[in-house]
Amino acid sequence: MSRRVTLNLGFEGNTRDVTVVIPDDEPTPWQWGERLSVVGKPTARVDGPLKATGAAHYTYDIELPGMLYGAILRSPWPHARIRNIDLSAAEHLAGVRAVLALEDREIRFAGQEVAAVAAISSDLADDALKLIKVDYQTMRFVVNMDRAMGDSAPRVFGSGSNVGRTSTSSVGDVPRGLQVAANTIEATYTTPVQTHVCLETHGAVASFNAAGDRLTVWCSTQGVFSVRDDLAVYFSLPPDNVRVVCEFLGGGFGSKFGATPEIIVAARLARAAGVPVKVMLPRGDEHRSTGNRPNSEQRVKLGVDRDGKLTAIDLVQRGSGGIGGGAGSAAPFKSVYRCTNIRTEERDIYTNAGPASPMRAPGWPQGCFALELAMDEMARKAGIDRLEFRRRNTDNPVRAAEYEIGARAFGWTEKTSSPKSSGALKRGVGVASAEWHAVGVSGPEAQVIAHRDGSVEVRVGTQDIGTGTRTILAIVAAEELGLPVDRVKSEIGDTRFLFSVPSGGSLSAPSNTPAVRQAAAHLKDKLFRIAAPILGAEPGDLEAADGSIRVRTNPSRSLAFADVCKRIPGDSISAQGERVPNYQGFRTDQAGCQFAEVEVDTETGIVRVTHVVAVHDAGRIIDPLTARSQVNGGILMGIGFALFEDRRMDPQLGIMVNPTMDDYKLPGPLDVPQIDVTFFEVANGITNTGVMGLGEVAHVASAAAVACAVYDAIGVPVRSLPITPDRVLAALGRA
Amino acid sequence: MNRDDRKPRKPPGISRRSFIKGAGAVAAAAGLVRVRPAAADEKTLPAGVVEKLGPEATTIELNINGKPATLEIEPRVTLLSAIREHLGLTGTKLACDRGACGACTVHLDGKPVTSCMVLAIDARGHQITTIEGLGTPSNMHPVQAAFVETDALQCGFCTPGMVMSVAAALERNPAATTDEIKHATAGNICRCGTYPHVFAAALRAVKPGPAGSARAVRAAKDA
Repeated sequence: MSRRVTLNLGFEGNTRDVTVVIPDDEPTPWQWGERLSVVGKPTARVDGPLKATGAAHYTYDIELPGMLYGAILRSPWPHARIRNIDLSAAEHLAGVRAVLALEDREIRFAGQEVAAVAAISSDLADDALKLIKVDYQTMRFVVNMDRAMGDSAPRVFGSGSNVGRTSTSSVGDVPRGLQVAANTIEATYTTPVQTHVCLETHGAVASFNAAGDRLTVWCSTQGVFSVRDDLAVYFSLPPDNVRVVCEFLGGGFGSKFGATPEIIVAARLARAAGVPVKVMLPRGDEHRSTGNRPNSEQRVKLGVDRDGKLTAIDLVQRGSGGIGGGAGSAAPFKSVYRCTNIRTEERDIYTNAGPASPMRAPGWPQGCFALELAMDEMARKAGIDRLEFRRRNTDNPVRAAEYEIGARAFGWTEKTSSPKSSGALKRGVGVASAEWHAVGVSGPEAQVIAHRDGSVEVRVGTQDIGTGTRTILAIVAAEELGLPVDRVKSEIGDTRFLFSVPSGGSLSAPSNTPAVRQAAAHLKDKLFRIAAPILGAEPGDLEAADGSIRVRTNPSRSLAFADVCKRIPGDSISAQGERVPNYQGFRTDQAGCQFAEVEVDTETGIVRVTHVVAVHDAGRIIDPLTARSQVNGGILMGIGFALFEDRRMDPQLGIMVNPTMDDYKLPGPLDVPQIDVTFFEVANGITNTGVMGLGEVAHVASAAAVACAVYDAIGVPVRSLPITPDRVLAALGRA
Repeated sequence: MNRDDRKPRKPPGISRRSFIKGAGAVAAAAGLVRVRPAAADEKTLPAGVVEKLGPEATTIELNINGKPATLEIEPRVTLLSAIREHLGLTGTKLACDRGACGACTVHLDGKPVTSCMVLAIDARGHQITTIEGLGTPSNMHPVQAAFVETDALQCGFCTPGMVMSVAAALERNPAATTDEIKHATAGNICRCGTYPHVFAAALRAVKPGPAGSARAVRAAKDA
């Protein structure tokens, strides 16, 4: 049962009517110019008071009666075979309740899990680890990507090659495109391994029932349901017998999907000890073992014709995610700029280092950095303004409009036409383009409940990675029910609620809000049926607005929402909604652009970012306040990638040399530039809310814009991130 | 661990951090011998008196959020562990465990300190304030309220430490500038990158009085 609706979609000055077929019980998607009461208004985060007062309970804060503290012993060697593990001394230490040797006897990176203990205090657990005797047969190892590709390099995986998956793509004729070009450039760009550095490390509290057939796990995760499913498989339990809870999550950034080793270890220790066990990783383990953004080496060739139009884009890339894969960075080369001849080659190289995991827009920040700096090198060679060069090579009307908004806000023309200072301090500006496709997926279901006291509850099995999920779900339900946001409470982070998808890939907002809106609409229908006889009207003639339920054509015939709730039979009334598949809306991609200004001290090589202007579209913005926070965060993580962050491996020891928060440099308060964010509203009609995710698109272009600005400031490109003082001085020939 | 000590490649086994946590390790269980330093509180240890503690648990009294608390702890226990694991006040967070990120910031006699770098026994005789002592969800401190209003938090894990640093800075100078707030929070790391809103929150948390009013004007101009 479906109906056809015609929607006016698009953006300011560029809208069109699009006809879509939607299920009968689905609310009509919000259109361009839709007048909404709470959606789009800045709303303070609903769980802000809990977080600001320390009352929010993270996994790290869970304490259960009789709970033990677990700790994991990790290999100090990057490549070894375990001959024997002697647990006896640890088992005999007073206060130790469980000790296990893990099964994997092949060690492939320093930091790999070897054994685990549970004891009555975390200090005692650490003491017990020191008593475990492991007999390692050490082996030759390789942590350097170049060396790993050599014929005589130690093999990370037995006899197999260290060259993993290679993927290639080709459209048009790149050699021909380079041949006909008026100008070509070729350069190689490199990016470092970046680690996630979630402030709350990975960890879990696990508890089995006495019979051992029901498992409850509190864990710091981006996907309560994916952890549940993994645990059910691992312990051969029906999924319904496993409950996963994550009320608050201290950062994830892509590293916290599924039942990662420490979650399984916590559950195994809990089963062995017969009491709940908590395992929270120390900071060093978090850096070494829980994931990272792979490094990259990208050889880029570009060709342009006399009009400044790209004739060829060629990328040969390799990267190492340690013992993991997924190091590719070609995606931006294939789609950000228009070109008929594009060829890419990506290659994963294995090294004896911790496995990669997805990290905020996997592959894109490194790809964008190389592509955008190459674009600037080409613009300089061809003698074209860098923004104009990008304008000529985009066919995306959203991005074209965003360039103009950003350029005005930033003062691009003034800043690029003023002469460079003759002093040691050089200013420079850069611009880079973003792209993402955060339209979300079908699958999530939501429940919305009205209680007799007039309060409303939203329940979804999603989780809040820090983006404000509770807040936007409450806003959407409040909008549909005509209520102020503070009347709605969001409950999330528990597999007892209806299914939802992991919070990653910018999926949460576009996948969950439509389910909540549909559930709220269903609930509204039920409340209309209660109110209709009292108002002497048909349910279909009613509307919910301004905290009341009233006759649409005669708003004076009205009942307060709370008064309707008083007539609910029983304690409450509830309704469900589902996230239906995407409609053919306006566009499924997101553009976005960022402008950066830097100050480079050519005597010390120190780079300071002074100003960033970001223009982003994410369909309909539900809460501009929390949305702005996400963009600020994307930019600052990009500044870290551009200037500071670098996981360093010791080639002699095969260990990470900076697994701390002082030696691994992160951007801090003193590194924050002025940041101006503009949201470019697009009505996309893809779902009933038209919301798109924002977390990743806001991070894609940030490092690239900074690198381009440094090039502008000093006149020489620094082609390796992070742009440290020594690299700046080397580029200037002063090192 | 059956490592071959002759191998030059042996990874380092001791860290600054493990050294601070010091005695109590099973392998070399030694106590702490302490002599009152010149600046120590007279009440806890008179001059010249040698105090021998540990390695076993010892009874100490701490003043937390205006109330005395008696704890039975080993001398190696940090103030952070004492607050969280022994007193159940979990608002204070551990993130780096070496004084580099500020997530564990509490006030010691009104001054911000990283509680992961202070031994609980050294906090005797001092007034300790944790995030719970600043305000509650239904009765927030002005700084906490300003954090909520300006969305100066995302995942929220660094937030308690960040709030404590900002509150201490405004206590020192109710008319603190953005630059002073940046320096006051320089030891607080937020991976979500929420700093711009932290600065906005600090400007918003105006204290009554002439200095505060001046700041309110500035905040309004910045907005």
